[in-house]
Amino acid sequence: MGLRTPLFSEHERLGARIVPFGGWDMPLHYGSQIEEHHAVRRAAGMFDVSHMRPVDIEGPDALPFLRHLLANDAAKLTAPGKALYACMLDPQGGVVDDLILYFRGPERYRAVVNAGTAEKDIAWMQAQAEGRQVDIRSRDDLAMIAVQGPDARARVEPLLPDGLRASAMRVGPFFAAEDAHWFVGRTGYTGEDGFEIMLPSADAAALWRELLAADVRPCGLGARDTLRLEAGMNLYGQDMDETVGPLDAGLGWTIAWQPEERDFIGREALSARRDHPDRRDFVGLLLTGRGVLRPHQSVLADGRVVGEVTSGGFSPTLERSIAFARVEPGTSADCAVDIRGKPVSARIVKPPFVRHGRICIDL
Amino acid sequence: MSDAPADLKYTKSHEWIRDNGDGTVTVGITDHAQEALGDIVFVEIPDQGREVDADEACAVVESVKAASDIYSPLAGEVIESNALLNDSPEAINNSPYDEGWIFRLAPNDMTALAGLLDAAAYQQVVEDET
Repeated sequence: MGLRTPLFSEHERLGARIVPFGGWDMPLHYGSQIEEHHAVRRAAGMFDVSHMRPVDIEGPDALPFLRHLLANDAAKLTAPGKALYACMLDPQGGVVDDLILYFRGPERYRAVVNAGTAEKDIAWMQAQAEGRQVDIRSRDDLAMIAVQGPDARARVEPLLPDGLRASAMRVGPFFAAEDAHWFVGRTGYTGEDGFEIMLPSADAAALWRELLAADVRPCGLGARDTLRLEAGMNLYGQDMDETVGPLDAGLGWTIAWQPEERDFIGREALSARRDHPDRRDFVGLLLTGRGVLRPHQSVLADGRVVGEVTSGGFSPTLERSIAFARVEPGTSADCAVDIRGKPVSARIVKPPFVRHGRICIDL
Repeated sequence: MSDAPADLKYTKSHEWIRDNGDGTVTVGITDHAQEALGDIVFVEIPDQGREVDADEACAVVESVKAASDIYSPLAGEVIESNALLNDSPEAINNSPYDEGWIFRLAPNDMTALAGLLDAAAYQQVVEDET
Protein backbone atom coordinates (compact mmCIF):
# COMPACT_ATOMS: atom_id res chain seq x y z
CA MET A 1 0.00 0.00 0.00
CA GLY A 2 1.21 3.46 -0.89
CA LEU A 3 0.81 6.80 0.84
CA ARG A 4 -2.67 8.33 0.83
CA THR A 5 -3.64 11.95 0.38
CA PRO A 6 -6.28 13.58 2.61
CA LEU A 7 -8.70 13.04 -0.32
CA PHE A 8 -8.19 9.30 -0.66
CA SER A 9 -11.58 8.37 0.77
CA GLU A 10 -13.24 10.88 -1.60
CA HIS A 11 -11.65 9.06 -4.54
CA GLU A 12 -12.83 5.70 -3.23
CA ARG A 13 -16.34 7.05 -2.72
CA LEU A 14 -16.36 8.23 -6.35
CA GLY A 15 -15.30 4.78 -7.59
CA ALA A 16 -11.85 5.81 -8.79
CA ARG A 17 -9.44 3.27 -10.18
CA ILE A 18 -6.49 3.65 -7.82
CA VAL A 19 -2.92 3.09 -9.02
CA PRO A 20 0.50 3.46 -7.42
CA PHE A 21 2.30 6.65 -8.47
CA GLY A 22 5.54 8.01 -7.02
CA GLY A 23 4.96 6.09 -3.78
CA TRP A 24 1.32 7.22 -3.50
CA ASP A 25 -2.02 5.53 -4.17
CA MET A 26 -3.64 7.93 -6.61
CA PRO A 27 -6.76 7.97 -8.82
CA LEU A 28 -6.02 7.04 -12.45
CA HIS A 29 -9.58 7.84 -13.54
CA TYR A 30 -13.13 7.82 -12.20
CA GLY A 31 -14.67 5.97 -15.15
CA SER A 32 -13.57 7.53 -18.43
CA GLN A 33 -10.22 9.22 -18.76
CA ILE A 34 -11.23 10.69 -22.13
CA GLU A 35 -14.39 12.29 -20.73
CA GLU A 36 -12.34 13.75 -17.89
CA HIS A 37 -9.90 15.19 -20.42
CA HIS A 38 -12.73 16.82 -22.40
CA ALA A 39 -14.25 18.25 -19.21
CA VAL A 40 -11.03 20.20 -18.57
CA ARG A 41 -10.77 21.45 -22.17
CA ARG A 42 -14.45 22.46 -22.33
CA ALA A 43 -15.58 23.35 -18.78
CA ALA A 44 -13.83 22.49 -15.52
CA GLY A 45 -12.11 19.53 -13.92
CA MET A 46 -10.28 19.01 -10.64
CA PHE A 47 -7.25 16.96 -9.69
CA ASP A 48 -6.03 15.87 -6.31
CA VAL A 49 -2.36 16.84 -6.50
CA SER A 50 -1.74 16.60 -2.77
CA HIS A 51 1.04 14.13 -3.51
CA MET A 52 3.10 17.02 -4.84
CA ARG A 53 5.15 18.78 -2.21
CA PRO A 54 5.22 22.45 -1.31
CA VAL A 55 8.57 23.44 0.16
CA ASP A 56 8.93 26.83 1.87
CA ILE A 57 12.32 28.50 1.45
CA GLU A 58 12.80 31.49 3.72
CA GLY A 59 15.52 33.59 5.27
CA PRO A 60 17.99 36.37 4.57
CA ASP A 61 19.93 34.15 2.13
CA ALA A 62 16.83 32.75 0.37
CA LEU A 63 17.39 34.67 -2.87
CA PRO A 64 21.15 34.04 -3.27
CA PHE A 65 20.52 30.40 -2.35
CA LEU A 66 17.82 30.01 -5.02
CA ARG A 67 19.93 31.80 -7.62
CA HIS A 68 22.61 29.17 -7.03
CA LEU A 69 20.19 26.24 -6.77
CA LEU A 70 18.11 26.77 -9.90
CA ALA A 71 18.95 27.07 -13.61
CA ASN A 72 16.27 29.73 -14.00
CA ASP A 73 16.91 32.98 -12.15
CA ALA A 74 14.85 33.61 -9.01
CA ALA A 75 15.88 37.27 -9.27
CA LYS A 76 13.33 37.56 -12.11
CA LEU A 77 10.68 37.36 -9.39
CA THR A 78 10.16 40.91 -8.25
CA ALA A 79 6.37 41.21 -8.04
CA PRO A 80 4.82 39.47 -5.00
CA GLY A 81 2.91 36.32 -5.99
CA LYS A 82 4.81 35.84 -9.26
CA ALA A 83 5.69 32.24 -10.24
CA LEU A 84 8.67 30.85 -12.15
CA TYR A 85 9.18 27.42 -13.72
CA ALA A 86 12.70 26.13 -13.13
CA CYS A 87 14.94 23.10 -13.26
CA MET A 88 17.10 22.15 -10.31
CA LEU A 89 20.29 20.68 -11.78
CA ASP A 90 23.20 18.65 -10.50
CA PRO A 91 26.78 19.65 -11.36
CA GLN A 92 26.70 17.30 -14.39
CA GLY A 93 23.74 19.23 -15.81
CA GLY A 94 21.26 16.45 -15.06
CA VAL A 95 17.83 17.40 -13.74
CA VAL A 96 17.31 16.66 -10.03
CA ASP A 97 13.71 17.87 -10.45
CA ASP A 98 11.63 20.52 -12.14
CA LEU A 99 9.53 22.82 -9.99
CA ILE A 100 7.40 25.93 -9.76
CA LEU A 101 8.79 28.66 -7.54
CA TYR A 102 6.46 31.31 -6.11
CA PHE A 103 7.69 34.64 -4.72
CA ARG A 104 5.70 35.40 -1.60
CA GLY A 105 7.59 38.44 -0.36
CA PRO A 106 11.13 39.50 0.47
CA GLU A 107 13.09 36.45 1.66
CA ARG A 108 10.01 34.21 1.31
CA TYR A 109 9.55 31.67 -1.47
CA ARG A 110 7.56 28.50 -2.00
CA ALA A 111 8.64 25.75 -4.38
CA VAL A 112 6.33 22.92 -5.45
CA VAL A 113 8.20 19.75 -6.38
CA ASN A 114 7.22 16.35 -7.77
CA ALA A 115 5.84 13.62 -5.51
CA GLY A 116 8.27 10.82 -6.30
CA THR A 117 11.31 13.06 -5.94
CA ALA A 118 10.24 15.15 -2.92
CA GLU A 119 12.49 13.53 -0.31
CA LYS A 120 15.48 13.51 -2.67
CA ASP A 121 14.82 17.16 -3.57
CA ILE A 122 14.62 18.32 0.03
CA ALA A 123 17.83 16.48 0.94
CA TRP A 124 19.51 18.08 -2.09
CA MET A 125 18.28 21.55 -1.12
CA GLN A 126 19.43 21.07 2.48
CA ALA A 127 22.88 20.03 1.31
CA GLN A 128 23.21 23.08 -0.96
CA ALA A 129 21.94 25.38 1.81
CA GLU A 130 24.77 24.48 4.12
CA GLY A 131 26.37 27.60 5.59
CA ARG A 132 23.59 29.88 4.36
CA GLN A 133 20.92 31.62 6.41
CA VAL A 134 17.99 29.87 4.82
CA ASP A 135 15.26 27.72 6.26
CA ILE A 136 13.86 24.89 4.11
CA ARG A 137 10.58 23.53 5.32
CA SER A 138 8.58 20.72 3.75
CA ARG A 139 4.88 21.53 3.87
CA ASP A 140 3.39 18.04 3.92
CA ASP A 141 0.68 19.52 6.15
CA LEU A 142 -0.88 21.06 3.03
CA ALA A 143 -3.21 19.43 0.52
CA MET A 144 -3.40 20.65 -3.06
CA ILE A 145 -6.30 20.66 -5.50
CA ALA A 146 -5.85 21.83 -9.11
CA VAL A 147 -9.03 23.17 -10.71
CA GLN A 148 -8.54 23.61 -14.44
CA GLY A 149 -10.57 24.56 -17.48
CA PRO A 150 -12.22 27.60 -19.07
CA ASP A 151 -14.88 27.67 -16.32
CA ALA A 152 -12.54 26.74 -13.45
CA ARG A 153 -11.98 30.16 -11.89
CA ALA A 154 -15.65 31.12 -11.99
CA ARG A 155 -16.60 27.90 -10.22
CA VAL A 156 -13.90 28.28 -7.59
CA GLU A 157 -14.70 31.92 -6.86
CA PRO A 158 -17.67 31.47 -4.49
CA LEU A 159 -15.83 28.73 -2.60
CA LEU A 160 -12.80 30.81 -1.65
CA PRO A 161 -12.46 32.29 1.85
CA ASP A 162 -14.00 35.78 1.95
CA GLY A 163 -10.71 37.52 2.66
CA LEU A 164 -8.96 35.82 -0.25
CA ARG A 165 -11.63 35.87 -2.94
CA ALA A 166 -11.06 39.30 -4.43
CA SER A 167 -7.28 39.06 -4.54
CA ALA A 168 -7.32 35.51 -5.95
CA MET A 169 -9.72 36.52 -8.73
CA ARG A 170 -7.51 39.51 -9.57
CA VAL A 171 -4.21 37.67 -10.08
CA GLY A 172 -2.93 37.24 -13.61
CA PRO A 173 -1.65 34.01 -15.13
CA PHE A 174 1.39 32.64 -13.30
CA PHE A 175 0.69 34.69 -10.18
CA ALA A 176 -0.61 33.59 -6.78
CA ALA A 177 -2.59 35.11 -3.91
CA GLU A 178 -2.75 33.90 -0.32
CA ASP A 179 -4.22 34.47 3.09
CA ALA A 180 -3.00 33.04 6.38
CA HIS A 181 -4.05 29.48 5.47
CA TRP A 182 -4.79 29.13 1.74
CA PHE A 183 -2.52 29.71 -1.23
CA VAL A 184 -4.09 30.07 -4.68
CA GLY A 185 -1.84 30.00 -7.76
CA ARG A 186 -3.15 30.74 -11.24
CA THR A 187 -0.98 27.94 -12.53
CA GLY A 188 -1.51 24.41 -13.76
CA TYR A 189 -0.41 21.51 -15.90
CA THR A 190 -3.16 21.30 -18.51
CA GLY A 191 -2.80 24.25 -20.91
CA GLU A 192 -6.06 25.71 -19.59
CA ASP A 193 -6.77 28.57 -17.22
CA GLY A 194 -7.40 27.67 -13.60
CA PHE A 195 -6.06 27.55 -10.08
CA GLU A 196 -3.82 25.33 -8.03
CA ILE A 197 -5.07 25.64 -4.45
CA MET A 198 -2.88 24.73 -1.49
CA LEU A 199 -4.80 24.51 1.76
CA PRO A 200 -4.66 22.83 5.16
CA SER A 201 -5.26 19.07 4.80
CA ALA A 202 -8.26 19.29 7.14
CA ASP A 203 -10.02 21.68 4.71
CA ALA A 204 -9.40 19.61 1.58
CA ALA A 205 -12.36 17.21 1.62
CA ALA A 206 -14.87 20.02 2.20
CA LEU A 207 -13.54 22.01 -0.76
CA TRP A 208 -13.47 18.88 -2.92
CA ARG A 209 -17.15 18.21 -2.16
CA GLU A 210 -18.12 21.81 -2.79
CA LEU A 211 -16.34 21.73 -6.13
CA LEU A 212 -18.14 18.49 -6.96
CA ALA A 213 -21.45 20.18 -6.13
CA ALA A 214 -20.41 23.09 -8.39
CA ASP A 215 -20.18 20.59 -11.28
CA VAL A 216 -16.40 20.44 -11.41
CA ARG A 217 -15.52 16.98 -12.73
CA PRO A 218 -13.01 14.86 -10.76
CA CYS A 219 -10.12 13.91 -13.03
CA GLY A 220 -7.37 11.37 -12.49
CA LEU A 221 -3.71 11.07 -13.38
CA GLY A 222 -4.60 9.62 -16.77
CA ALA A 223 -6.30 12.80 -17.96
CA ARG A 224 -3.60 14.87 -16.28
CA ASP A 225 -1.03 13.11 -18.48
CA THR A 226 -2.88 13.54 -21.79
CA LEU A 227 -3.69 17.17 -20.97
CA ARG A 228 -0.08 18.07 -20.21
CA LEU A 229 1.11 16.18 -23.30
CA GLU A 230 -1.28 18.16 -25.54
CA ALA A 231 -0.16 21.35 -23.76
CA GLY A 232 3.49 20.59 -24.55
CA MET A 233 4.55 20.27 -20.92
CA ASN A 234 7.35 17.97 -19.83
CA LEU A 235 7.05 15.20 -17.27
CA TYR A 236 9.97 14.60 -14.94
CA GLY A 237 11.32 11.04 -15.10
CA GLN A 238 10.04 10.60 -18.63
CA ASP A 239 11.11 13.61 -20.70
CA MET A 240 14.08 14.61 -18.53
CA ASP A 241 15.87 13.20 -15.51
CA GLU A 242 19.33 13.02 -14.00
CA THR A 243 20.72 11.57 -17.24
CA VAL A 244 18.82 13.80 -19.71
CA GLY A 245 19.36 17.49 -19.09
CA PRO A 246 17.27 20.52 -20.03
CA LEU A 247 19.03 21.23 -23.35
CA ASP A 248 18.05 17.75 -24.60
CA ALA A 249 14.50 18.03 -23.27
CA GLY A 250 13.23 21.24 -24.85
CA LEU A 251 13.82 23.19 -21.65
CA GLY A 252 16.50 25.56 -22.93
CA TRP A 253 14.03 28.41 -22.40
CA THR A 254 14.12 27.79 -18.64
CA ILE A 255 17.87 28.40 -18.38
CA ALA A 256 18.79 31.98 -17.47
CA TRP A 257 22.26 32.44 -18.99
CA GLN A 258 22.24 36.12 -18.12
CA PRO A 259 23.72 37.60 -16.03
CA GLU A 260 26.87 35.73 -16.93
CA GLU A 261 28.33 36.02 -13.44
CA ARG A 262 25.45 34.09 -11.84
CA ASP A 263 27.01 30.79 -10.78
CA PHE A 264 24.20 28.22 -10.72
CA ILE A 265 24.67 24.50 -10.19
CA GLY A 266 25.17 22.76 -13.55
CA ARG A 267 26.09 25.92 -15.46
CA GLU A 268 29.48 24.70 -16.61
CA ALA A 269 28.15 21.33 -17.78
CA LEU A 270 25.29 23.00 -19.66
CA SER A 271 27.64 25.43 -21.40
CA ALA A 272 29.65 22.48 -22.70
CA ARG A 273 26.47 20.68 -23.74
CA ARG A 274 25.18 23.52 -25.92
CA ASP A 275 27.40 22.68 -28.89
CA HIS A 276 27.99 19.03 -28.08
CA PRO A 277 27.50 16.73 -31.11
CA ASP A 278 25.43 14.31 -29.01
CA ARG A 279 22.89 16.94 -28.02
CA ARG A 280 19.40 16.05 -29.23
CA ASP A 281 16.46 18.14 -30.36
CA PHE A 282 13.25 17.76 -28.40
CA VAL A 283 10.28 17.75 -30.76
CA GLY A 284 6.60 17.01 -30.98
CA LEU A 285 5.36 14.11 -33.10
CA LEU A 286 2.00 13.67 -34.76
CA LEU A 287 1.30 10.11 -35.85
CA THR A 288 -0.12 10.27 -39.38
CA GLY A 289 -0.38 6.48 -39.72
CA ARG A 290 -2.45 4.20 -37.50
CA GLY A 291 -1.52 3.26 -33.97
CA VAL A 292 -0.51 4.81 -30.66
CA LEU A 293 2.83 6.40 -29.82
CA ARG A 294 4.35 5.20 -26.54
CA PRO A 295 7.52 6.03 -24.59
CA HIS A 296 10.72 4.31 -25.80
CA GLN A 297 9.54 3.64 -29.36
CA SER A 298 12.27 4.39 -31.92
CA VAL A 299 11.99 7.31 -34.33
CA LEU A 300 13.12 6.39 -37.85
CA ALA A 301 14.32 8.55 -40.74
CA ASP A 302 16.37 7.62 -43.82
CA GLY A 303 16.02 3.98 -42.84
CA ARG A 304 17.76 4.26 -39.48
CA VAL A 305 17.01 5.08 -35.86
CA VAL A 306 17.38 8.82 -35.24
CA GLY A 307 15.67 9.19 -31.89
CA GLU A 308 13.29 7.97 -29.24
CA VAL A 309 9.78 8.80 -28.04
CA THR A 310 9.89 10.07 -24.45
CA SER A 311 6.17 10.68 -23.79
CA GLY A 312 3.37 9.53 -26.05
CA GLY A 313 -0.25 8.63 -26.14
CA PHE A 314 -3.64 9.27 -27.63
CA SER A 315 -4.74 12.90 -27.79
CA PRO A 316 -8.48 13.11 -27.07
CA THR A 317 -8.67 16.64 -28.51
CA LEU A 318 -6.90 15.79 -31.78
CA GLU A 319 -8.25 12.22 -31.89
CA ARG A 320 -4.77 11.28 -33.06
CA SER A 321 -1.70 9.96 -31.36
CA ILE A 322 0.92 12.51 -30.33
CA ALA A 323 4.27 12.38 -28.59
CA PHE A 324 7.43 14.12 -27.54
CA ALA A 325 10.68 12.69 -28.88
CA ARG A 326 14.40 13.27 -28.67
CA VAL A 327 15.85 13.21 -32.18
CA GLU A 328 19.09 14.01 -33.95
CA PRO A 329 19.25 17.68 -34.93
CA GLY A 330 18.21 18.13 -38.54
CA THR A 331 15.82 15.18 -38.67
CA SER A 332 13.36 15.69 -41.52
CA ALA A 333 9.80 16.57 -40.58
CA ASP A 334 8.48 13.47 -42.32
CA CYS A 335 9.66 10.49 -40.32
CA ALA A 336 8.35 7.23 -38.92
CA VAL A 337 8.05 5.49 -35.59
CA ASP A 338 8.72 1.81 -35.00
CA ILE A 339 5.50 0.39 -33.56
CA ARG A 340 5.80 -3.33 -32.83
CA GLY A 341 8.42 -3.76 -35.55
CA LYS A 342 6.58 -1.81 -38.24
CA PRO A 343 7.44 1.72 -39.37
CA VAL A 344 4.35 3.94 -39.03
CA SER A 345 4.50 7.41 -40.58
CA ALA A 346 4.71 10.47 -38.36
CA ARG A 347 5.44 14.17 -38.67
CA ILE A 348 7.59 16.39 -36.50
CA VAL A 349 5.62 19.37 -35.18
CA LYS A 350 6.24 22.14 -32.70
CA PRO A 351 4.43 21.74 -29.36
CA PRO A 352 2.07 22.75 -27.85
CA PHE A 353 -0.52 20.66 -29.65
CA VAL A 354 -3.44 22.29 -27.81
CA ARG A 355 -3.74 25.42 -25.66
CA HIS A 356 -6.86 27.01 -24.20
CA GLY A 357 -9.08 24.49 -25.96
CA ARG A 358 -7.67 25.24 -29.41
CA ILE A 359 -5.62 23.01 -31.66
CA CYS A 360 -2.25 24.67 -32.35
CA ILE A 361 -0.80 22.42 -35.07
CA ASP A 362 -1.81 21.50 -38.62
CA LEU A 363 -3.38 18.06 -38.71
CA MET B 1 -18.48 -7.59 -10.30
CA SER B 2 -18.13 -7.40 -14.08
CA ASP B 3 -20.43 -9.18 -16.44
CA ALA B 4 -19.53 -12.66 -17.87
CA PRO B 5 -22.43 -14.25 -19.80
CA ALA B 6 -23.01 -17.91 -19.01
CA ASP B 7 -23.30 -19.01 -22.67
CA LEU B 8 -19.71 -18.05 -23.53
CA LYS B 9 -16.33 -19.69 -23.00
CA TYR B 10 -13.34 -17.81 -21.62
CA THR B 11 -9.56 -17.79 -21.33
CA LYS B 12 -7.29 -16.84 -18.45
CA SER B 13 -6.02 -13.99 -20.65
CA HIS B 14 -9.53 -12.46 -20.66
CA GLU B 15 -10.80 -13.37 -24.13
CA TRP B 16 -14.35 -14.61 -24.55
CA ILE B 17 -15.39 -17.18 -27.19
CA ARG B 18 -18.86 -17.65 -28.64
CA ASP B 19 -19.77 -20.88 -30.45
CA ASN B 20 -21.67 -19.74 -33.53
CA GLY B 21 -22.99 -23.26 -34.14
CA ASP B 22 -21.73 -23.31 -37.75
CA GLY B 23 -18.19 -24.52 -37.14
CA THR B 24 -16.95 -21.02 -36.32
CA VAL B 25 -16.39 -19.07 -33.12
CA THR B 26 -16.33 -15.34 -32.38
CA VAL B 27 -13.66 -13.89 -30.10
CA GLY B 28 -13.54 -10.68 -28.06
CA ILE B 29 -12.32 -9.42 -24.70
CA THR B 30 -14.34 -9.55 -21.51
CA ASP B 31 -16.11 -6.79 -19.66
CA HIS B 32 -13.53 -7.16 -16.90
CA ALA B 33 -10.70 -6.72 -19.44
CA GLN B 34 -12.14 -3.61 -21.06
CA GLU B 35 -12.75 -2.07 -17.67
CA ALA B 36 -9.20 -2.77 -16.55
CA LEU B 37 -7.75 -1.33 -19.77
CA GLY B 38 -9.73 1.91 -19.65
CA ASP B 39 -10.78 3.88 -22.73
CA ILE B 40 -9.76 1.93 -25.84
CA VAL B 41 -8.36 4.15 -28.58
CA PHE B 42 -6.92 1.78 -31.20
CA VAL B 43 -7.38 -1.85 -32.27
CA GLU B 44 -5.14 -3.76 -34.66
CA ILE B 45 -7.34 -6.52 -36.05
CA PRO B 46 -5.96 -9.71 -37.65
CA ASP B 47 -5.97 -10.15 -41.44
CA GLN B 48 -8.65 -12.35 -42.88
CA GLY B 49 -7.24 -15.74 -43.87
CA ARG B 50 -4.49 -15.69 -41.28
CA GLU B 51 -3.69 -19.09 -39.75
CA VAL B 52 -3.19 -18.84 -36.01
CA ASP B 53 -2.07 -21.23 -33.30
CA ALA B 54 -3.76 -21.55 -29.96
CA ASP B 55 -2.45 -18.81 -27.61
CA GLU B 56 -0.86 -16.92 -30.52
CA ALA B 57 -0.96 -13.14 -30.24
CA CYS B 58 -3.05 -12.06 -33.22
CA ALA B 59 -4.59 -8.67 -32.37
CA VAL B 60 -3.62 -5.65 -30.30
CA VAL B 61 -5.93 -3.51 -28.21
CA GLU B 62 -4.51 -0.14 -27.19
CA SER B 63 -6.13 1.84 -24.42
CA VAL B 64 -5.22 5.28 -23.11
CA LYS B 65 -3.01 3.36 -20.71
CA ALA B 66 -1.18 0.65 -22.65
CA ALA B 67 -1.09 -1.81 -25.54
CA SER B 68 -2.33 -5.33 -24.88
CA ASP B 69 -1.97 -8.42 -27.03
CA ILE B 70 -5.07 -10.46 -27.76
CA TYR B 71 -4.48 -14.21 -28.04
CA SER B 72 -6.33 -16.64 -30.23
CA PRO B 73 -7.98 -19.14 -27.87
CA LEU B 74 -7.86 -21.94 -30.46
CA ALA B 75 -5.84 -22.90 -33.53
CA GLY B 76 -7.58 -22.17 -36.83
CA GLU B 77 -8.14 -19.65 -39.60
CA VAL B 78 -9.31 -16.08 -39.14
CA ILE B 79 -12.36 -15.78 -41.38
CA GLU B 80 -13.46 -12.26 -40.49
CA SER B 81 -12.32 -9.29 -38.39
CA ASN B 82 -14.51 -6.55 -36.99
CA ALA B 83 -13.80 -3.58 -39.28
CA LEU B 84 -16.03 -1.37 -37.09
CA LEU B 85 -13.15 -1.26 -34.61
CA ASN B 86 -10.95 0.63 -37.09
CA ASP B 87 -13.08 3.73 -36.67
CA SER B 88 -14.83 2.99 -33.37
CA PRO B 89 -12.43 1.19 -31.04
CA GLU B 90 -14.58 2.36 -28.12
CA ALA B 91 -17.15 -0.24 -29.19
CA ILE B 92 -15.15 -2.65 -27.02
CA ASN B 93 -15.76 -0.46 -23.96
CA ASN B 94 -19.40 0.11 -24.74
CA SER B 95 -20.34 -3.38 -25.88
CA PRO B 96 -17.60 -5.94 -25.18
CA TYR B 97 -19.75 -9.02 -25.93
CA ASP B 98 -21.65 -7.71 -28.91
CA GLU B 99 -20.56 -4.81 -31.15
CA GLY B 100 -17.05 -4.98 -29.75
CA TRP B 101 -16.24 -8.49 -31.01
CA ILE B 102 -12.73 -8.68 -32.51
CA PHE B 103 -12.49 -11.62 -34.92
CA ARG B 104 -14.21 -14.78 -36.13
CA LEU B 105 -12.24 -18.00 -36.30
CA ALA B 106 -12.76 -21.39 -38.00
CA PRO B 107 -11.04 -23.66 -35.46
CA ASN B 108 -9.14 -26.70 -36.72
CA ASP B 109 -10.72 -28.73 -33.94
CA MET B 110 -14.07 -27.58 -32.54
CA THR B 111 -13.87 -30.11 -29.68
CA ALA B 112 -11.01 -28.06 -28.20
CA LEU B 113 -13.67 -25.49 -27.26
CA ALA B 114 -14.72 -27.74 -24.39
CA GLY B 115 -11.27 -27.30 -22.83
CA LEU B 116 -11.77 -23.55 -22.30
CA LEU B 117 -13.11 -21.97 -19.10
CA ASP B 118 -16.81 -21.65 -18.43
CA ALA B 119 -18.25 -18.44 -16.94
CA ALA B 120 -17.98 -19.60 -13.32
CA ALA B 121 -14.34 -20.66 -13.74
CA TYR B 122 -13.55 -17.34 -15.44
CA GLN B 123 -15.19 -15.35 -12.64
CA GLN B 124 -12.91 -17.26 -10.28
CA VAL B 125 -9.86 -16.21 -12.35
CA VAL B 126 -10.97 -12.57 -12.07
CA GLU B 127 -11.57 -12.88 -8.36
CA ASP B 128 -8.16 -14.45 -7.77
CA GLU B 129 -6.53 -11.56 -9.64
CA THR B 130 -8.11 -8.81 -7.58
